Amino acid sequence: MNYLQSIGQNTLNALMSFGRAFLMLAGAILAIPQSKNIRLTVQQIYVVGVQSLLIIIVSGLFIGMVMALQGYTILVNYGAEGSLGPMVALSLLRELGPVVTALLFAGRAGSALTAEIGLMKATEQLSSLEMMAVDPLRRIIAPRFWAGVIAMPMLALIFSAIGILGGHLVGVDWLGVDAGSYWSIMQATVEWDKDVVNGIIKSFVFAIVVTWIAIFKGYDAIPTSEGISQATTQTVVYSSLAVLGLDFVLTALMFGIN
Amino acid sequence: MTTRKTELLVGTFVVLTLLAVLLLALKVANQGLSGSDQSYTLYAKFDNIGGLKPRSAVKVGGVTVGRVESIYLDQDDFTPVVVLSISEQYNNFPDTSSVAILTSGLLGEQYIGFQPGFAFDDPIVLADGDFISDTKSALVLEDLIGQFLFSRDSN
Repeated sequence: MNYLQSIGQNTLNALMSFGRAFLMLAGAILAIPQSKNIRLTVQQIYVVGVQSLLIIIVSGLFIGMVMALQGYTILVNYGAEGSLGPMVALSLLRELGPVVTALLFAGRAGSALTAEIGLMKATEQLSSLEMMAVDPLRRIIAPRFWAGVIAMPMLALIFSAIGILGGHLVGVDWLGVDAGSYWSIMQATVEWDKDVVNGIIKSFVFAIVVTWIAIFKGYDAIPTSEGISQATTQTVVYSSLAVLGLDFVLTALMFGIN
Repeated sequence: MTTRKTELLVGTFVVLTLLAVLLLALKVANQGLSGSDQSYTLYAKFDNIGGLKPRSAVKVGGVTVGRVESIYLDQDDFTPVVVLSISEQYNNFPDTSSVAILTSGLLGEQYIGFQPGFAFDDPIVLADGDFISDTKSALVLEDLIGQFLFSRDSN
């Protein structure tokens, strides 16, 4: 009997937190934009976007370099090292760019968002804002949400571009693949609307999901130091799982069926 | 002062993204700024197109002059018809030209090899919408092996 009750309790809790998450998102998105909000959003783009640039660029460079190295050792057996360019470009644009950026973003920026908002809640800054008739959804949540949604696709694009250049560095400059074939076969294979645009759509979806989870976990955190640490962990775990799961669904929709 | 610095860095971030998009568009996907390239359409009827696909290249002596626009089946005689889109720049092929489906390398993709015919004094030039009558189908490995076995049996 107790067991049944705990199942029911967990289900209801989960449903209720989904409801709260949707209400928070709706409140943040539907809030009437003020001119001040744009400045706040730019400030947040600096925090979540510009400050994530270093990790994104370094990992993009190294992932591109490793892929070129691994791809070369296999392709050279078949005399097909000319296909190194499309291999690096397609895997970066379709999968690794959006997914790895989302995972890094969740770890680098998502956890920071959760901790920041959670601490605001624990120190009752959010309630004080409400006391002053300032809507915390509009003032705190909305700029952070939009900043994440705008910054992450930009980071993913930079990641892919740097990765392709990293593949060029290893494949062409070091291993001696012909530079002309690296670029020209890549150009013949990669399609703008199919590969690049689908990658951008993917990273938009990931951006919405990761930022939403990060903000909600902070907004909904238990206002104690333990609660905040728990919320931060959950942000990283949940958004990573959501990104990987959604990636499969999106890939099946975009590339799986002709 | 801090907002000024922030805005400057965000601006740099945006410029960096634009540079990445430019690299992806021009260097990786070859989107090109002038998207609508002038071209004209030719048709060719084959017995068998093998593994030819839309967007395969049309080459004259290795130089790409156009692409396969689409492939459909003629409902009257059930043979595949390939629609070729040839760049307007190359608009003086004689109508005695022939096309064949070739394979680049052993494992490579299939493309259309365009063989310009002899140009006499006053050649008739292939124009938009013309059918190329002289075509050579793709080699299908199974057919080749079948023919080989058949000819060996009869000996």
